[in-house]
Amino acid sequence: MASQAEEIAEAARVRRNWLLSAPALTVLALGALGPLMVVLIYSFLEPGDYSGVRWNFSLDGWFQIFFQRDIFDDTVGLADAHLRIFWRSVKLSLLTTLTTFVFGFPTAWFIATQPRGRRALWLFLITIPFWTNLLIRTFAIMEVIRNQGLLNSALMALGLIEQPLQIMYTDTAVLIGMTYVYLPLMVLPLYASIDRFDFTLIEAAYDLYASRWRVLRRIVLPIVKPGIIAGSILVFVPSLGAYVTPRVLGGGKNMMIGNFIDLQFGQGRNWPLGSALSMLLLLIVGAALLAYVRVSNREGPHG
Amino acid sequence: MPTPPAVEAISARKTYGDGQAAVVALKDVSVQIGKGEFFTLLGPSGCGKTTLLRLIAGFETPTAGQILLDGNDITADPPNLRPINTVFQNYALFPHLTVAQNVGFGLEMQGRPRREVEETAAEMLALVKLEAMANRRCSQLSGGQQQRVALARALAPRPKVLLLDEPLSALDLKLRKEMQSELKRLQTETGITFIFVTHDQEEALTMSDRIGVMSAGKILQIGSPRDIYTKPANRFVADFIGETNFLSADLSGQTLTLPGGFRIDLTPAQTKGRQGQVTVALRPEQIRPADQGLSATVTQLVYFGTDMHSHARLSDGTEVVARMQTSPSGEAALHEGQAITLGFAPEAIQVLED
Repeated sequence: MASQAEEIAEAARVRRNWLLSAPALTVLALGALGPLMVVLIYSFLEPGDYSGVRWNFSLDGWFQIFFQRDIFDDTVGLADAHLRIFWRSVKLSLLTTLTTFVFGFPTAWFIATQPRGRRALWLFLITIPFWTNLLIRTFAIMEVIRNQGLLNSALMALGLIEQPLQIMYTDTAVLIGMTYVYLPLMVLPLYASIDRFDFTLIEAAYDLYASRWRVLRRIVLPIVKPGIIAGSILVFVPSLGAYVTPRVLGGGKNMMIGNFIDLQFGQGRNWPLGSALSMLLLLIVGAALLAYVRVSNREGPHG
Repeated sequence: MPTPPAVEAISARKTYGDGQAAVVALKDVSVQIGKGEFFTLLGPSGCGKTTLLRLIAGFETPTAGQILLDGNDITADPPNLRPINTVFQNYALFPHLTVAQNVGFGLEMQGRPRREVEETAAEMLALVKLEAMANRRCSQLSGGQQQRVALARALAPRPKVLLLDEPLSALDLKLRKEMQSELKRLQTETGITFIFVTHDQEEALTMSDRIGVMSAGKILQIGSPRDIYTKPANRFVADFIGETNFLSADLSGQTLTLPGGFRIDLTPAQTKGRQGQVTVALRPEQIRPADQGLSATVTQLVYFGTDMHSHARLSDGTEVVARMQTSPSGEAALHEGQAITLGFAPEAIQVLED
């Protein structure tokens, strides 16, 4: 009797919550799913003469991602320019994930070991860069690393180098920019994970003959792994689709997928290819998330 | 040459912070703990007992003084180089490892072969009667089981000394009693030196070979449970261990004059050469109605079943508690407001240091 009443009440509660979330769901359906469907459909159409699409079914958009037809003899070859862009995107995103982890882990550790009252201040400081427009922050980075910028001027004034280091318009510049931009996304989940970590476990392992390095590898890293994975995904996913940073710091030559997609909708006038590239990006990100879910499930509640 | 003690602290001092804000957690403590001994550090929280334990474990470095293990100076050694293991208050089991992996962790870190690690872990789990739990996660165990895993983990590498930091405080009463005898059994079976930290006097009295009573960063008295209970050196020890009556008295030669003018003669061992105003301790269970003794008025009677606590006021206003056996009939021999004479054997009197 009582349990039946509870079930009915529970069902009513669920219905009410659905209603509450209806506005959000509507926005999601119209704002996210709608355009996504448009992109998906466009990727299977023919490009229009000047822009847009012609409504004929075609797999050329997807085909052109990986292959190209020689304009003279019509032979099919690998589109190595495209593959280079993919490779650069994946490589830079992985490197960004790695560098944000290397810089972010000690930072998160530092914050988590501060007195409780002071942590909020540190976390607040970490999020300050989010307050400024991404473009402005990227130009600020440019000010630092360009040939006559802060870094080169300082190094030359110190007599460490004679010629300015060419950092701008290289992959390194993009890496520096993305590391700076995405560092907070690594620090925050790492902090959340380290905050829950029981520091007596370190003493326990240290007491049981583990060296400092092994304490880190065998105890700390496995236990804070969910934070590491969450941070890595939060950094890797937007890195892969980065647009502003490679555009400003990488120049025209060091394109990433995001810039390449933009190109197809602009000068390239190949909307189906751009749409297919967008969908591919989505698939890569989806695969990364799926891998995350599987890894964290396998670890069980402790993972 | 006599064998050196298992653990020795020489004028160990620990100060936290510096300058005006410095807190002295341990004030030049010296103590020797013998091989195979069950030694208990007993004291209220904040008395420095855990600090001393952490100095021995190596988690903290003494500000001054030395820690010796088997006569060798280990003051500068980090915890992973000391053959000393700790059972932590909150157990500190590794949540991502199984019970058996937890127990084998120390041996694995020592670089023992895999088979030996597994065999010893199984042996240790058998010792604490948890063979069936080997492949469970620690979070699937009850508090008492986690406690035993923590013990097995600390014992597995066969340390020279086992440190136990209030390991029973998180357990309920029944489990605590069980673990007390379990601990004593393990200590006897393994022959390992145990250093046990607790604030529970009963735990200390029932398990230890010797007890060091600590207060405010100092060891006040070291002795067997019997010595600590019957011959407390000072007011703190007498008060902290069991219930005690404190009486102000006057010593002249060997004669002690108690409130109300009652006189008794003490032995030189009791008076320790003291003269004049002193404080003496008298345990409640040593007092009984008698013809000769302290004149008092019964103020309150509290029935405890096995015995009766009689609160009585002496002529100088001091409240005294006497614990008396109840009669088989259950009838009260005393009533409130009654005048009574409280007797005791002269040996029951302890003259306290200031």
